[in-house]
Amino acid sequence: MLKTEELQINIGPQHPSTHGVFRMLVTVDGETLVDLKPVFGYLHRNHEQLGEVNTYLQNMPFTDRLDYFNSMVNNHAYARTVETLAGVEVPERAQYIRVIMDELSRILNHATAMGFMLGDMGAWQTALLWGMREREKILDMFEYVSGARMMCNYCRFGGVVRDIDDWFITELKKLMQGLPHYFDDFEGLLLNSEILLARARNIGVLPKELALAYSVTGPVLRGSGVAYDIRKAEPYAVYDRFKFKVPVGTVGDVYDRFLVRIAEMRESYKILEQALEQLPDATGGFINPKVKQQSLKAPAGEAYARVESPKGELGFYVVSDGTGSAYRYKVRAPSFINLSALADMCKGYTIADVVVILGSIDIVMGEVDR
Amino acid sequence: MSDLQTQMDLEQQGVLFTTINKLYNWGRRSSVWPMQFGLACCAIEMIAAAASRYDISRFGSELFRASPRQADVMIVAGTVTKKMVPQVVRLFNQMPEPRYVISMGACATSGGPFRDGYNVVRGVDLYVPVDVYIPGCPPRPEALLHSLMTLQAQIDVQALQQVRWYGDDEGVVNEFPIPVFGAEGLEVAGIPGTADPVGGTPKMPPFVSPALGGKGERDASIKALEGNQPKPMLRAGTVTIEEVGHGIAG
Repeated sequence: MLKTEELQINIGPQHPSTHGVFRMLVTVDGETLVDLKPVFGYLHRNHEQLGEVNTYLQNMPFTDRLDYFNSMVNNHAYARTVETLAGVEVPERAQYIRVIMDELSRILNHATAMGFMLGDMGAWQTALLWGMREREKILDMFEYVSGARMMCNYCRFGGVVRDIDDWFITELKKLMQGLPHYFDDFEGLLLNSEILLARARNIGVLPKELALAYSVTGPVLRGSGVAYDIRKAEPYAVYDRFKFKVPVGTVGDVYDRFLVRIAEMRESYKILEQALEQLPDATGGFINPKVKQQSLKAPAGEAYARVESPKGELGFYVVSDGTGSAYRYKVRAPSFINLSALADMCKGYTIADVVVILGSIDIVMGEVDR
Repeated sequence: MSDLQTQMDLEQQGVLFTTINKLYNWGRRSSVWPMQFGLACCAIEMIAAAASRYDISRFGSELFRASPRQADVMIVAGTVTKKMVPQVVRLFNQMPEPRYVISMGACATSGGPFRDGYNVVRGVDLYVPVDVYIPGCPPRPEALLHSLMTLQAQIDVQALQQVRWYGDDEGVVNEFPIPVFGAEGLEVAGIPGTADPVGGTPKMPPFVSPALGGKGERDASIKALEGNQPKPMLRAGTVTIEEVGHGIAG
């Protein structure tokens, strides 16, 4: 047996495939990966500390900047936590609007995340540009309702800041006409390419038991074959009124995670269709008028609320001491916890697979480092 | 008839006049290659600017280089934290002249919404000279394109005889000091004490870019961010807030 020497390589924090400022200390034996040490903290923006200083409403725009692909979902999760804490009721129409925005975010996130992942594999530009094209269409809708493309700051305690109107619904229906065709095209990009299949199948396998042990959530967990979705397990908003499936993978490799995300986009499309059909008229209002947004004071206590973000379980934990701002504020960020399984997913594969596996986890550093 | 008019008339007849400066600047302004380097949220809008809808290649900047050795402009897209700023300065030092910096978004310009935080650098211009600042959180892709056009206008007026990257190196700053993490915050060579303490205000003036009239050095005329002290952090319970309604209606 030939004696070889292990080599330590540093990937990041400035690297085109680390999806932000993420650093990995990789030990390789030849091309095979022996060990991987993730290094976090390059984007630590003291989010939780600011959350303990800001008033409840002031903290809403900061949640936008956690997972900056899905600011609508972040807003929803945070608003739900404070609503649970302060006992605020949300009108039905606002619940439906939130669901519509969440599902649009999910399509947006999966489209771009899978575009980035295929880009990491070597399908340079095409997949990413297709994802960005769909993203721009959805961002136009977000901009119309909230006034901002990325940082929507849309939810308020007990509702949303603006109602959606007929123009929005007409345009959304127009947008949705093109979506199934896009899903098929996008799926074909991977399934029809022998090279991409070779780089995705049986790469980065995360067994079911290990996924559960790491408390991984979202498409990464479902790719490993666990049908766990908070929209089904603990229905929030009005998710119990929709018919949709929870897609699961079998092997838990990169390929399964890709397919799970494509299938989830199709399910999101179904939810959107049903939500638009069931959307109640404006008589009930889109926000609870009794809530004093700017001077909201929550009674002393604690609350944890979670939603199914496109990346997994996004939860906010708020402890109140009866004043107008949180005493303790904690974010359960799905990217961060999914990322903790990275080392075990990468061991034994080649160093070229590391960026693909990282891309398949779909991380956003704003949420990881907070 | 003015010289410009004569030149335009001759150009219509197929006779082209130019100066070396114009040719030189035209070549540089039309291929400003950015470094592929995203820090936070703004990086996504930077990618959007490079994608098909906004198409940054119309301005000759579509080649995002992963290596600083091949890049002309560093777009600082996102929040610069105290852990990241040594890497940012090192990357800038590795770029060859002529090099430019675009500070994209509120965070890179001043710390933005995270300014009061203990781990956020209050403006990347405290460490490297910035040529163009873009406001916004995040700026729209159009704003990034506009900043690129502003940078091109700055390149247009540069003269070969005066640019700093030819001739003798006297008085030219090529290497910017890389901050190191000390006991109380970032320490910068040449600045006494802790230059950028964790939880305090920076004790140094910002750099002024040569394109903005500086020499690429710290501007001593700017007082070290005096009068810019952060307000003492108040817990919201102690502040009276006047309620004006439930946000924006209708």
